[in-house]
Amino acid sequence: MAFDKMELRDIEVWDGNFAAAQALRQCQIDVVAAYPITPSTPIVEGYAKFEADNFVEGQYVMVESEHAAMSACIGASAAGGRVATATSSQGFALMVETLYQSSGMRLPIILNVVNRALAAPLNVNGDHSDMYLGRDSGWIQLDAYCPQDAYDLNFIAFKIAEDHDVRLPCMIHQDGFMTSHTAQGVKTLTDDEGYNFVGDFQPMNDMLDLDHPVSHGVQTEEDWHFEHKARQHNDLMTKVFPKVQNAFDAFEKLSGRKYNIVEKYDMDDADVAVVCMGTSVETAREVATEMRAKGIKAGVVGIRLIRPFPFMQIKEALEGVKAIATLDRSAPGGAPGMLFNEMAGALFNSDTRAALSGYVYGLGGRDLTKKHLVDLYTELQANADAGKVLTPLQQFIGVRGPKLSYL
Amino acid sequence: MATKGWDEFEIGAMLRSFDGKAENIATTMQEDRAYSSSNSFTASVADWRIDKPVFHKDYCIDCQFCWIFCPDMSIISRDKKMIGIDMDHCKGCGICVEVCPTNPKSLLMFDEHIEDEVALAGWPEKDEGEK
Repeated sequence: MAFDKMELRDIEVWDGNFAAAQALRQCQIDVVAAYPITPSTPIVEGYAKFEADNFVEGQYVMVESEHAAMSACIGASAAGGRVATATSSQGFALMVETLYQSSGMRLPIILNVVNRALAAPLNVNGDHSDMYLGRDSGWIQLDAYCPQDAYDLNFIAFKIAEDHDVRLPCMIHQDGFMTSHTAQGVKTLTDDEGYNFVGDFQPMNDMLDLDHPVSHGVQTEEDWHFEHKARQHNDLMTKVFPKVQNAFDAFEKLSGRKYNIVEKYDMDDADVAVVCMGTSVETAREVATEMRAKGIKAGVVGIRLIRPFPFMQIKEALEGVKAIATLDRSAPGGAPGMLFNEMAGALFNSDTRAALSGYVYGLGGRDLTKKHLVDLYTELQANADAGKVLTPLQQFIGVRGPKLSYL
Repeated sequence: MATKGWDEFEIGAMLRSFDGKAENIATTMQEDRAYSSSNSFTASVADWRIDKPVFHKDYCIDCQFCWIFCPDMSIISRDKKMIGIDMDHCKGCGICVEVCPTNPKSLLMFDEHIEDEVALAGWPEKDEGEK
């Protein structure tokens, strides 16, 4: 069955959801199994429309839950197809059990996660709670800061995940509403450029290879389980980084758009730095530039690859910085915050003796304003001048009521 | 196999059924198939059996009912002749005994520890029914 190609303008005005749906169309997915949830619904809705309008040669499977959606994706991927889906928040939480299945079974499924808060209280807006929930699941996690990233990173994700040396599933995160529903100019690839970048799907150990029957989803106990998990961790730690870099390099060659495992902004001579993810990276960059005009040497470190965590690249990026703030957009649940802990881990054994402080912000879609960041950089400069953290190690930004801080 | 390290097996929780390419499997007898070492056919998976079926050849009419109904493919039959039971895979469910139509039955359940010879020696007579 032949399918139609779509003529795109060089720059289209797309929100993050439609950008992701267009990228999935251009990658020609064999099976999309999905269950709708705000704010990710338009991705799979958009893909379903492309399929109904004969722009896609594949199967769209409507299922009864997100758990079933990922389960169907696992079956289709084990059978030997290119597979993708999308979800958010509660749906992501319901999917968690199957996320561990797909990574353990080494199935290169692509999951667009449009980040949204986790109930209770129920909330449809963007924070990173679902992203954090997935961080031990053995998936590769890429983070988009804007619709352009959401489009580009989908192509890059297939390129990395489907590589036979990797064979791990990959999430592309974008911020709910701030990215997913905010239309911006997105530079496009033609259908042929996009498809040729990811190439034809190369199956591996697929169930449809009837001459080489395999059993997927087997059970192992204390005699084998550890070895399987060790192998998976080894491949995450050693094989993914070079493949991500290769994919970024190849994509830059194709499109001129450059991505980095750790996105450094004005970090060469920075005294103070903010480490954050998602749309906040772009806000922080703008404020950092303004702080430079005021004489504060401010920089921003954006995490592009969340898992595997770029320990060494982070260490290098923050070398020589005097004061660092981590911005965690997830309720820390009785801990200092994921980014705070990761930065502390990366820097503790290094020569960088920076004053490290953590901030919790933006829960349930609460705005992070430029004023918040100006105040934050000012606190960092005071820390840098004093050579130690002058504030509590954990502070909350933008919450009403008495100032909230711990540690 | 149990001595292999984490870097010595194929990725993913998957196991191959056969060594190499599987060809004409449907027309190849089990004993002639190249089952892999990870295939359960090559392992004993019957260690939790409590009662075992014993086969009495003299009464069997080779109807193949047991062969059809066995859920573990543990009835060995060749050229439609009942040969015996694959005790490495039989779980002792007793379905073969239940479906056996002969009088007396050609298959009966015995405690796992009873010798087959003892079981056969004590085989019941034909049930003549009420006269």
